[in-house]
Amino acid sequence: MRSVVAVTDRVLETPSTVTLRFPYSAVAHPGQFVMVWIPGDDEFPMSLSYTEGPLKGVTIKAMGGTSRRVQSLRAGDPVGIRGPYGNRFDLSPERILIVSGGSGAAVLAPAAERARGSGKSVTVALGATRAPELLFRERFRVMGARVELATDDGSEGTKGFVTGVAERLLASEPFDAVWTCGPEVMMKKVIRAAAPRGVPVFCSMERHMKCALGMCDACALGPYHVCVDGPVFPAERLEKVPDFGVFHRNSSGRRIPF
Amino acid sequence: MADLTVRCAGVNLRNPFLLASGIWGESGESLAGAWRAGAGGVITKSIGSVARPGYPNPTVETYDRWGLLNAMGLPNPGIDEYPREIEVALHAGASVIGSVFAGDAEEFARLAVRMAATGVVALELNLSCPHAEGFGTEVGGTPADVERIVRAVTKEVSIPVIAKITPNTNDAAGLARAAERGGAAAVSAINTLRAIAIDVHLRRPVLSHGLGGLSGPAIKPVGLACVWQIFDKVKIPVIGVGGIATARDALEYVMAGARALEVGTQVTFDGIGVFGRLTHDLSGLLDELGFSRLEDVVGVAHKASSLPPD
Repeated sequence: MRSVVAVTDRVLETPSTVTLRFPYSAVAHPGQFVMVWIPGDDEFPMSLSYTEGPLKGVTIKAMGGTSRRVQSLRAGDPVGIRGPYGNRFDLSPERILIVSGGSGAAVLAPAAERARGSGKSVTVALGATRAPELLFRERFRVMGARVELATDDGSEGTKGFVTGVAERLLASEPFDAVWTCGPEVMMKKVIRAAAPRGVPVFCSMERHMKCALGMCDACALGPYHVCVDGPVFPAERLEKVPDFGVFHRNSSGRRIPF
Repeated sequence: MADLTVRCAGVNLRNPFLLASGIWGESGESLAGAWRAGAGGVITKSIGSVARPGYPNPTVETYDRWGLLNAMGLPNPGIDEYPREIEVALHAGASVIGSVFAGDAEEFARLAVRMAATGVVALELNLSCPHAEGFGTEVGGTPADVERIVRAVTKEVSIPVIAKITPNTNDAAGLARAAERGGAAAVSAINTLRAIAIDVHLRRPVLSHGLGGLSGPAIKPVGLACVWQIFDKVKIPVIGVGGIATARDALEYVMAGARALEVGTQVTFDGIGVFGRLTHDLSGLLDELGFSRLEDVVGVAHKASSLPPD
């Protein structure tokens, strides 16, 4: 069953990214997602970018038609919410490196907040195409995380991909875990950088999703279903999945190369 | 431990529990996973002539563990793409049954030939999806339709053909008899019950398609009644489907006349481990009741003498 609730706030986080807040009292954990229904339009999975308390939130980057329609929602508009679904980040490691590409910070920020709240050390490698698109950079700073920036155009922080920053950090400092979310090729590079140092990597994965219940097979990822076995996967699982970084499936289940 | 192997529709099954069509089954890895988890066989998603995205979301409405409402809209990669998925499942050693849907008898026959060529052990014809325009119940909902489609397919393929029939009828036995006349090796009953959910705040149907199909424990008594009514009207085996959640549910179906069983919605509630659990529990239940072979139990409830004729 869904709860139909009214959007309470719409926040422009970056020029292309919007957060919607809405009342939803279910207990949620960082890493989990909800199904968001725009009545008369579509319903899709979104990681929770705010998991604490009764006012939850999702953060979405404008990509295609659907994400633009989500962004066009205003305070007072009704949305249907079900969930939360899926697994969560293991918050026990002491020294955590977060590697975020694009809108990956949406799911990583609440995990970082929870970790900081229990006194863990959090370092964030935050990447974007250009400086204004660095999602949640202030939020990471306010929670007391150390933030290292990378932009494709060099307008802020290191010029180039965030994986370069991650490689440098992994080479020079000890970490107990890496949490990452972003394009799959990026996450693959992060895994390659962490592997020789024995640091476990956890990736938040995305696939086309319909039921979110482990029924319809739309979000099949090798032998797994992102909706119930994920979205957070340890790298050692993903490395055995031939799909990872190679193909995803569209709404008819056809394999689509990345 | 009681013997759970059954022979149904000319296929030897290591146990009676088949993965129902529409659950997992879009990817070969998922079919293989269900097989590795202990399913007696796996039935593919219903495959059509061309790729089909299905309906937009919402495609499901969830309830507590008594049921699930869906209108996926027959999404599938199409018969050109799908053989590579079947190959993955066959490579894992799975007994794969290929489900197909089509708009008329001729299209069914063409698709069936291509599906049979993939190496599946049998075909299941989807004559019963309750919510797709031009398919399912709309083309296979009457005895005449069922007979014509099944005959068109059995003329063209040599592997066993199973007809999956609808419960949205007052004559399930009539549909089953028609399938038998058409040459079906077995009939599976039932598909989902046509159903709908309304959001009272938004004053509109929840599913994008409006109507959908109800599955899960809520429909078990309905499925049982269909199997019960079909069993002594046909000579071909019946595959029981609808709300099987426990070994006791399974045994009810078998005693009503089912020789094999399909499990779908319970995978959603329990995960794929449901196959291992059902197999273990059914074997234990048969031991407890003093049966050594599942096949000895098929239809035994019909031998109770005090019942009126139906």
